[in-house]
Amino acid sequence: MTIKELDAIRKNKEDLIKVRRLVKEEGEKLAKKTGYRKQVLVCGGTGCTSSHSMQVIEQLEKSLKELNLTDILVVKTGCFGLCALGPIMIVYPEGAFYAQMTPEHVKTVAEQHLVKGGQIVKELLYQGTVTKEGDIIPFSETPFYKKQMRIALRNCGVIAPENIEEAIGAGDYSALEKVLTSMSPDDVINEMNASGLRGRGGAGFPTGRKWSFAKASQGDEKYVCCNADEGDPGAFMDRSVLEGDPHCVLEAMTIAGYAIGAHHGFIYVRAEYPVAVERLKIAIAQARKYGLLGKDILGSGFDFDIEIRLGAGAFVCGEETALMTSIEGHRGEPRPRPPFPAVKGLFGKPTILNNVETWANVNPIIMNGAAWFSSIGTSTSSGTKVFALGGKITNVGLVEVPMGTTLREIVEEIGGGIPNGKKFKAAQTGGPSGGCIPAECIDTPIDYDSLIAIGSMMGSGGMIILDEDTCMVDIAKFYLEFTADESCGKCTPCRIGTKRLLQLLTKITEGKGEEEDLVKIEELANHMKQSSLCALGQSAPNPVLSTMRYFKSEYLAHIVDKVCPAGVCKALLTYHIEADKCRGCTLCARNCPVKAISGEIKKPHVIDTSKCIKCGLCMANCKFDAITRI
Amino acid sequence: MDKKSDFHSSAQQTQKLKAVIEESRSTPGCLMHVLQEAQGIYGYLPIEVQSMIAEGLGISLSEVYGVATFYSQFSLKPKGKHRISVCLGTACYVKGSDKILEEIEKVLGIKCGECTEDGLFSIDSCRCVGACGLAPVMMIDNEVYGKLKPEMVKDILDKYKA
Repeated sequence: MTIKELDAIRKNKEDLIKVRRLVKEEGEKLAKKTGYRKQVLVCGGTGCTSSHSMQVIEQLEKSLKELNLTDILVVKTGCFGLCALGPIMIVYPEGAFYAQMTPEHVKTVAEQHLVKGGQIVKELLYQGTVTKEGDIIPFSETPFYKKQMRIALRNCGVIAPENIEEAIGAGDYSALEKVLTSMSPDDVINEMNASGLRGRGGAGFPTGRKWSFAKASQGDEKYVCCNADEGDPGAFMDRSVLEGDPHCVLEAMTIAGYAIGAHHGFIYVRAEYPVAVERLKIAIAQARKYGLLGKDILGSGFDFDIEIRLGAGAFVCGEETALMTSIEGHRGEPRPRPPFPAVKGLFGKPTILNNVETWANVNPIIMNGAAWFSSIGTSTSSGTKVFALGGKITNVGLVEVPMGTTLREIVEEIGGGIPNGKKFKAAQTGGPSGGCIPAECIDTPIDYDSLIAIGSMMGSGGMIILDEDTCMVDIAKFYLEFTADESCGKCTPCRIGTKRLLQLLTKITEGKGEEEDLVKIEELANHMKQSSLCALGQSAPNPVLSTMRYFKSEYLAHIVDKVCPAGVCKALLTYHIEADKCRGCTLCARNCPVKAISGEIKKPHVIDTSKCIKCGLCMANCKFDAITRI
Repeated sequence: MDKKSDFHSSAQQTQKLKAVIEESRSTPGCLMHVLQEAQGIYGYLPIEVQSMIAEGLGISLSEVYGVATFYSQFSLKPKGKHRISVCLGTACYVKGSDKILEEIEKVLGIKCGECTEDGLFSIDSCRCVGACGLAPVMMIDNEVYGKLKPEMVKDILDKYKA
């Protein structure tokens, strides 16, 4: 493909995409030009397809046929972000944001809204877009979207990811064109350096510097790798980018190849992400067909191609050297550094590895310039960060905010607060390698350095919100179970250290802990940090250390008072029936699986604590709130 | 291997595996890909299949076994006709997915990682399928069930018994 042809495709699709960027009156006018009176976007990301968005699309197509509406375009997009309310459907140019759609609802919308002269069906909209007075506001004005700034996710939920022409119309491959026609490899690296972009995979190493090391390395062959092995449980940022805009990753890797002198790229992606894998395969095939991958890209004489490699469920393979060992077809065990991958990486050749979200930032940096990018965020953490917001929060979903946004803004405004009137207790960032940010630090700005200062870390972007019903010792134990399970076993501090830490924590949650265990934990944790081979072992103690730092009283309650304040650790709980509230209805006794409850009808019942297995069924079934848990 | 396996590879399966090995063997680092394909053909990776792969790729059986046992996706034991996978990722865990797993174990009378005697169900845990908005979730084959409560488990499983 020539540059002229690329420009022609972009021009041809540009207006169609612009209509979806919410430009109100202008949108109406543009819509006429495109030939489509309306465009209906349905989320085809994993979150929404799990709540059956494919049935929504089927019904939509059926209804449009029945009503003979031929001037409406249906687009299956990537994630819109508000996963809690899926399946989501947006109608442009008005930007009507329909939530929790069922095939029945779709029929109603088609008949009442999509027909000529139709009106928005207010009661099916996301109610956040309807004011008390009944007016409809654009979804970009709702608290969930208002504070967000979409750079990495700019095309997610906007384009059809399986259609390369839509991707081009939305701006993908424009940076590649610019680089190949007007920039030298050094220009590219200088721009990346000046932007201040830091790796979004967790450690935050400056991307431009990584590239310049690899460029400086001598080698007959070099490689560009993409880390899409998003193993942090509860994180789905990278998956959403791959599902929503796979071409932005291919483009960025090609640019990096040009900058460092590599002609071959690998994307290492989790096999647990079948939708992302499928869309990547389609994207690569299309890019090859259009000449945007392969020989002589855009007539520049530069060759670059990309292969996909599937992971097979090993958390450690998210570590850079382990990932490369795995691509080479071996057990995914990490290697000692140095030599660093920029010198000796994949197949022993100079290699750069960046995470999906990092790649997604490359096009905007090249197109808008390093100065623009570094003006966003804070002085040491420029740009934005995508978070997968989950756990005990109203608006579970994907959010992208400028670095430096406070945790309070994310939890209270964007996240819509904690459901069921519960209190915010902590936010866990960085997954099994990170730590907890307690309520007293809720005004901490979220950037690389502030998070490290309070004992957590940015991590790849998983953010799990915990409320008062969460036991912090149990959460620390949960993560240690994870790391003990996922430790590859190559180095002793991690293999044995994680097991010992887990034993100590288990002991505490079972009410057998002693105060000196806390000293042992700290000592062991510090040894692991200093002597483990890779980041998995070095950071495995973080969840324990950070919960001990902020929630020491909870540890002591388990050890000294033998109680679990949050009521989670089973061994420390006892159930009681309050005699004055019990009506003797026998419901609890009939539900008890171990017959631990006795008593006569219409008289207060009693629980035999020696028989009780603490399953909680009695409490869940009691209609008089007579059962308490201490 | 504690007991002799009753593994049998049909002519069609053998042919498929040989074709995969043939087309992959020149690619450096192809072992994982071949194992993934082989698991797709047989449903699991018994020692006989691992031997065929070792021979086909010209590498030692210990190397194949080493890789097959390193990654959690590979299984050396047969799985149930319906594979239940309960998400124990953090978002699901804080919303009580451990109680969902307990309930499934109770209903089926087997532990996580095991297969029912009639071969109908096997239970595994997984770390995050990425449907955190629906937490807690489980997957049965390719179907995702979200916003689960323990009392919903029995009815869902019953659908697969018919």
